[in-house]
Amino acid sequence: MNKLTSRIDKERLLLGIAAPLLAVVAALLVTTLVILATGKNPGDAFSDMVTYGFASDSQVYILNKATTYYLAGVAVAIGFRMNLFNIGVDGQYRLAAFIAAVLGGALTVPGWIAIPLIILCAMATGALWASIAGILKVTRGVSEVISTIMLNSIATAIIAYLLQPGKLGQLDQAGTLVSTKPLPSSLYFFSFDTGAAGELWGFIVVAVIVGIAYWFVLGRTRFGFDLRTVGQSESAAAASGVSVKKMVATSMVISGAVAGLIGMPTLLNDSHQFSNDFPAGIGFTGIAIALLGRNHPIGIALGALLWGFLERTTNHLEFQGYDKEILGVIQGVIVLCVVIAYEVVRRYGLKRQQQRVGAELAAQAAAPTKKQEVA
Amino acid sequence: MRRVAKLSAACIASAALALTATACGSTSSDKDSGSAPSGGGKGVKVGLAFDVGGRGDRSFNDSAARGADQAKKEFGGDIKELTAKTSDTEADREQRLSDLADAGYNPVIGVGYAYAASMTKVAAKYPKTTFGIVDSVVNGSNVDSITFTEEQGSYLAGVAAASKTKSHHVGFIGGVDVPLIKKFEAGFVQGVKDTDKKIKVDTQYLSHGSDTSGFASPDKGKEAAQGMLDNGADVIYTAAGSSGNGAIEAVAGKKGAWAIGVDSDQYNIPGLSKYKNAILTSMVKNVDVGVYDFVKSVHAGKPLTGTNTYSLAKDGVSLSKSGGFIDDIQAKLDAAKKKIVDGTIKVKTTP
Repeated sequence: MNKLTSRIDKERLLLGIAAPLLAVVAALLVTTLVILATGKNPGDAFSDMVTYGFASDSQVYILNKATTYYLAGVAVAIGFRMNLFNIGVDGQYRLAAFIAAVLGGALTVPGWIAIPLIILCAMATGALWASIAGILKVTRGVSEVISTIMLNSIATAIIAYLLQPGKLGQLDQAGTLVSTKPLPSSLYFFSFDTGAAGELWGFIVVAVIVGIAYWFVLGRTRFGFDLRTVGQSESAAAASGVSVKKMVATSMVISGAVAGLIGMPTLLNDSHQFSNDFPAGIGFTGIAIALLGRNHPIGIALGALLWGFLERTTNHLEFQGYDKEILGVIQGVIVLCVVIAYEVVRRYGLKRQQQRVGAELAAQAAAPTKKQEVA
Repeated sequence: MRRVAKLSAACIASAALALTATACGSTSSDKDSGSAPSGGGKGVKVGLAFDVGGRGDRSFNDSAARGADQAKKEFGGDIKELTAKTSDTEADREQRLSDLADAGYNPVIGVGYAYAASMTKVAAKYPKTTFGIVDSVVNGSNVDSITFTEEQGSYLAGVAAASKTKSHHVGFIGGVDVPLIKKFEAGFVQGVKDTDKKIKVDTQYLSHGSDTSGFASPDKGKEAAQGMLDNGADVIYTAAGSSGNGAIEAVAGKKGAWAIGVDSDQYNIPGLSKYKNAILTSMVKNVDVGVYDFVKSVHAGKPLTGTNTYSLAKDGVSLSKSGGFIDDIQAKLDAAKKKIVDGTIKVKTTP
């Protein structure tokens, strides 16, 4: 056990936890001020958030939401570890979910073949869509930020073009909602029945597997090591024999494949079809969550849960008469605080390290002079 | 060893989560159970779940709000309002409707077709509450589906635009290219072409498919309208929720150009009074009438259910006359209206 604890650098751990904690506390403070400014009682608001957020149906809701957000966070984090800013996660998951929904609606094979097929199809679509940005980056040097933003708009347009009655879409009975052909009930993903609290989506299992795979591949394999090296310094990686271009293209493809999974919990566990009102913008939520979780598999999970908690409880705050904009304020402030807090903590850590090294050097320098005096 | 430590930490964390999920046996509605569904009695208790944009969009949502406000004024009681976000999932919409039903609001009204699927589920869960949905059809013995014939009103808007254009060039701006807004486009284009085949009609949608931002982005509306004006169009009809405010602003900036408003009589909206002299007319969709009728029926203890279509014949849709800008072509409009009502003209619902 001694060996175990000694291997954990306490200071690093403390600093690592300090940043997100600082950010959440700062966000709470700012939110308190905002609620005070609107003339309401922040204490009531927070206590309502806690009681409502910890009710069992809220927890199921939060876990379901977090499943989607976790996948989004991981998809973005893979790029981040590589110094790639994959803004295109949003377009990748929507296009992937759409294509997968079309495939699912057309399949007539039993569920145990069809469900993996749908999931693989979504991952392949996401990967393909992301690879466009990857190829542009390695062959033409196009910034992935620019190309993925544009690919988002193109994905939206493609979906809008294909999701029309007469093409791949069909109208509902009121003639107001277009959707893909609904999946037959044999293609529903399993879920945990929690009674009155609702259904816990079975896709949470997949999210956990993705998290473990992410941790394992990045932390325990040669590939993960190469990826992190390229992220920290391209020239150093190239010097040590890593093909930077290959790594950029591969990580973009993997990021896209995980992005393809984002829409799956909603498609297979909830809506069972892709329609006009399929949730949009989760790719951007993923960026915030990856930042909050420091690209760490457990950090991202906590970030995703926090996000789900905030959404659930602020929805209810609106019901209690608080302004609905409060959610945006809290989320925005948290992201801002996270970025600032990480920088502050990083600088503090650097200063501490410098002081320590300085003190050690001074001690070393002081030691011989002492000896001389004795002699 | 480190791997073991991390793995066990992950296991403990997930186990703790699973535990908290099961440990808290009570649901949020158990805690709120002080209030049972109440109909009639003193006043109305209306739960309004708005679409994106919410109260203050000066258009679709505001129209629904007006209906509820009027009911509140007449019968007393209170209104609870919740508003949708663009990132909403089914779960969010279900939560919104169930929260309202839980707290004893009756009727609960979903403003906008986005609530169709969630209302189907929630209405089944709260059989004692009456639900209303605007712009869609939900089956259920306790649901009133309030729909409108937007294409008929838009046809009249098309006739008005064709009669008023000097450049023989008009424009249509839709919020999102969803079937509902395409009904507006189809009617408008048909109205223009039936009046004068040679008139050019530009159409543009602000956002596509699942991206609903086009209903709530005045900046996009302004840009699109400016583009059409620069192209030579001089009458622009905008069916885009609060994005229409931007379009009206742009049109007001060009002399001799007309804007046609939508959903509410936008000439009389205080926030738009600066531009009201550029608002030719508005294709008023009387969502307020639909909502008011529905609330009233619940208050009277005989809730409306099934599908209630508010057509041109029933004045569910109409052209506003505020400002008197269309008085000179009123005869033409009345003739067109008569033909639609008696069925001589069949207005298409898809472009």
